[in-house]
Amino acid sequence: MTETPVLRVANITKTYHLGSTLIDKLSRDPNKHSSLRALDGVDLRLNKGEILALVGESGSGKSTLAKILVGSSTATSGELDYHGNPMPTHRSKDASRRIQMVFQDPYSSLNPRISVGSMLKELLLLHKIVPRGEVKKESIRLLNLVGLEEDALDAYPSQFSGGQRQRIAIARALAVRPDILIADEPVSALDVSVQATILELFAQLQRDLGLSILFVAHNLAVVQHLSQRVAVMYLGRIVEVADTAELFSNPRHPYTRALIDSIPRMAAGSVNDEFVLEGDPPSPFNVPSGCRFNPRCPYATDACREIDPALATVAPGHESACIRADELNELAAAGTKNN
Amino acid sequence: MATPLLSVSSLTIGIRRKGQPDTVIVDSLSFDIQKGERFGIVGESGSGKSLTLRAIADLLPKGVEVLSGSIRYDGAELIGMPAAQRRKLMGPEIAMIFQEPMTALNPVVRVGEQIAEGPRRYLGLSKQAAAELAIEMMAKTGIPDPARRARAYPHELSGGLRQRIMIAMALSCGPKLLLCDEPTTALDVTVQHQVLRVLEELCADSGASLAFVTHDLAVVNQTCTDLAVMYAGHIVESGRVAEVFSDPRHPYTKGLLDSAPDFDQPDRELVSIPGFPPNLAARPSGCPFAPRCQFAVEACTTAMPPTDEVAPGHFAACFESARIFEGAAA
Amino acid sequence: MTTPTAMLVAHKERRRATRTRSIKAWYRNGSLMAGMIITGLLVLVAVLAPVIAPYSPITQHLTDALQPTSPAHWLGTDKYGRDVLSRLIWGAQVDLRVGFLAVLIPFVIGSILGGIAGYFGGWLDTVLMRIVDIFFAFPFYVMVIVLVFIFGSGEFSIYIAIAAVSWVSYAKIVRGEVLIAKKQDYVVAARLGGMSHARILVRHIGPNVLSQAIIYGMSDIVMDIMAIVTLGYLGLGIAPPTAEWGSMINDGQEFITTHWQQATIPGLVVVVTSLGLSWLGDGLSDLLSPERRK
Repeated sequence: MTETPVLRVANITKTYHLGSTLIDKLSRDPNKHSSLRALDGVDLRLNKGEILALVGESGSGKSTLAKILVGSSTATSGELDYHGNPMPTHRSKDASRRIQMVFQDPYSSLNPRISVGSMLKELLLLHKIVPRGEVKKESIRLLNLVGLEEDALDAYPSQFSGGQRQRIAIARALAVRPDILIADEPVSALDVSVQATILELFAQLQRDLGLSILFVAHNLAVVQHLSQRVAVMYLGRIVEVADTAELFSNPRHPYTRALIDSIPRMAAGSVNDEFVLEGDPPSPFNVPSGCRFNPRCPYATDACREIDPALATVAPGHESACIRADELNELAAAGTKNN
Repeated sequence: MATPLLSVSSLTIGIRRKGQPDTVIVDSLSFDIQKGERFGIVGESGSGKSLTLRAIADLLPKGVEVLSGSIRYDGAELIGMPAAQRRKLMGPEIAMIFQEPMTALNPVVRVGEQIAEGPRRYLGLSKQAAAELAIEMMAKTGIPDPARRARAYPHELSGGLRQRIMIAMALSCGPKLLLCDEPTTALDVTVQHQVLRVLEELCADSGASLAFVTHDLAVVNQTCTDLAVMYAGHIVESGRVAEVFSDPRHPYTKGLLDSAPDFDQPDRELVSIPGFPPNLAARPSGCPFAPRCQFAVEACTTAMPPTDEVAPGHFAACFESARIFEGAAA
Repeated sequence: MTTPTAMLVAHKERRRATRTRSIKAWYRNGSLMAGMIITGLLVLVAVLAPVIAPYSPITQHLTDALQPTSPAHWLGTDKYGRDVLSRLIWGAQVDLRVGFLAVLIPFVIGSILGGIAGYFGGWLDTVLMRIVDIFFAFPFYVMVIVLVFIFGSGEFSIYIAIAAVSWVSYAKIVRGEVLIAKKQDYVVAARLGGMSHARILVRHIGPNVLSQAIIYGMSDIVMDIMAIVTLGYLGLGIAPPTAEWGSMINDGQEFITTHWQQATIPGLVVVVTSLGLSWLGDGLSDLLSPERRK
């Protein structure tokens, strides 16, 4: 991977300070004057033309990272490069155009009082994408691109179903000709039978427009179908990154393994009963010392409670933040639990 | 076959309108749940699956009512039963678990007391005994440190713990039927996995039957023994989970299975179902799935297909089932 | 990849259904219809006052004072011999005009300030909202009376007084709505689209937050008419001899035992007007609230 990634973040942190009132500061309750580390040193690169999936459970910080990437939130510290150049904290109109977002909830992401046509027109004119005379033609092109017809132009969002709304939201993101799409759980609010069409649309946009897409998701089965690479997030850190097939066939972090084992299966014979992760994800207020996964990890040792492992290469293109990454396969096979 | 624990027949749910035809949401639904059976009801949003469950629990939203049909629990007819008598069933006989436990739990009462409330009222336990039972139930659902957690308020617990509290509360009076409305949809994958396991084990231990409403086929496969697939207020297919998944006999079931990503088959192409579910007010005549069905023929648009037994214990409501799945059945 | 025809047909059907539903909602919305009819009639009467009023509302005919109801004077005459019905009709013009205008000014000021406070937040919000709290803490009538004393009685000072008091309600309502709206993803999307804050606030948030303020405005007109009536009753309202419902009630009450209609009929008219505007507000709130549009 010598090519410059289209988007690269290094050591990104995001801290939220809570309880800023005087009474909270005086209070002895540690939850009241602590700060929340939503992101705790995230390194990630998005290569040109790929779909990179970012998976993790709620509270892992994946949505926070997505917000920082599109610029609707700013990182507390760290670097964010776009095509090898640092992205300014306050993005210009043109800079913000390059990275667009597709949201999870297609109901709150479209303004109920603005018609589809005038929504697209506003963006096309603001960024002078096409001359005024060609706005309608371009709007129709965008709608066709996402699988909708011209007659959607005069309609309001309330006249569409969830899946169609998501297509409209994608058309809006594409209107300003971005080269990166950040999709934050774009199918999790949709019905199963509709999900597939939206996933196919993302694959098609990647293929036909060469878009680089960061696909934030919690559904691993979806991720496995769509993405070329997967990054797994846990409590504000990336714990494993690899090509999709490699990650699912040869996970090198116990958390990834647990995620895979938790996926409900579709095939009759494939009900998994093997591995159950103990406990709930800990709160980002109170990150465990050492490896942040150690309290739930079946393979944790004393070293794991002390060393906070960084992401390290374990195979070509495969990184994991686990000090026992190399032993993991044998440990799983032996079923040993070192606690 | 023994008397089913729950027998729903020709259940029709809808909104009564003055001077106009009633708006029918769930249309003459029939299914049985045997003792100890784990029965999944699968469907997309608007299929009427949640309303069906709520009709059993007598929790239909205002304005929506059972228009006709019968729900028999252990032989006794629930429709038309006096409200007070029916309420007495809820808790010791039938219990319900909701999708969002935060809204189902009382925010100002400690969770231990909330669990203990049912046993005190229905089982006549003393305050002390009920509190002990509550802690025991919490331990059974896998809540670590139950004695301490019993003193917590709902907002102090994570989503997974809250859902376990709901399970503990639902099972505290030893119900014979547990109604679950998307109980794990709001949870993370690893936590969903834990909660489903707990639910399954506890039902197996106590011999309770499960009616499990969800939109997630994989969750049904993981949790249930039998299922019914609902579309636009109708059951289009029902049978043993293993059989329906491996050999679907209704084009909608087939479509659902083809459109859902399967972790074990990453390279399988996802095929979505074109279009979207019909508007409740403007329901097509004939088979409700016909407008989206690639196999639809003339007859499909005129009459509702009858429910046929396509294989022992496996039912489908499709005129063309035999033709469409000819190859699959062989 | 194009939309399958079935999907498109269903889509069109749905659109048609939405349209007919909203037209039907207009008819079925009883309170909206009733409110529109009552308010419409009142406005009509006010506009046509010069044509339909049988007599001048101010010219005194002391010889005809305190006439009972008769074919010539349907509601009799007051102590200066003025036709009560004519004064009632002309009074509609004054009261409705003052009511509407007294709402318009605080509506505009309050919406702008509330919108800015809610959207930008931070110290600006804190300062503006503390000012709102201070204004809110004063009792309405005491404040209005003080201001009328300062500016002198008359229509203009009523506008100033009511505006100074009631802008805070609009500011609060709009601020609250903006706080909700600005968290919606479509606002984030507009930011990512490179749009300025002013454009987002006016074009994207504005239309979604004003409906609550408009609905409140309807009930506020009622409040304002009540205020004018009360001020008129206290002798602080529109200067006599201009016909105005409040002063009519005030003038009529000394003859309540002998000429009951002089105070009662204007009172009833005030009640009917309030009812009409409240129904209109209720109906509008049904029609404008976004839940209905989903």
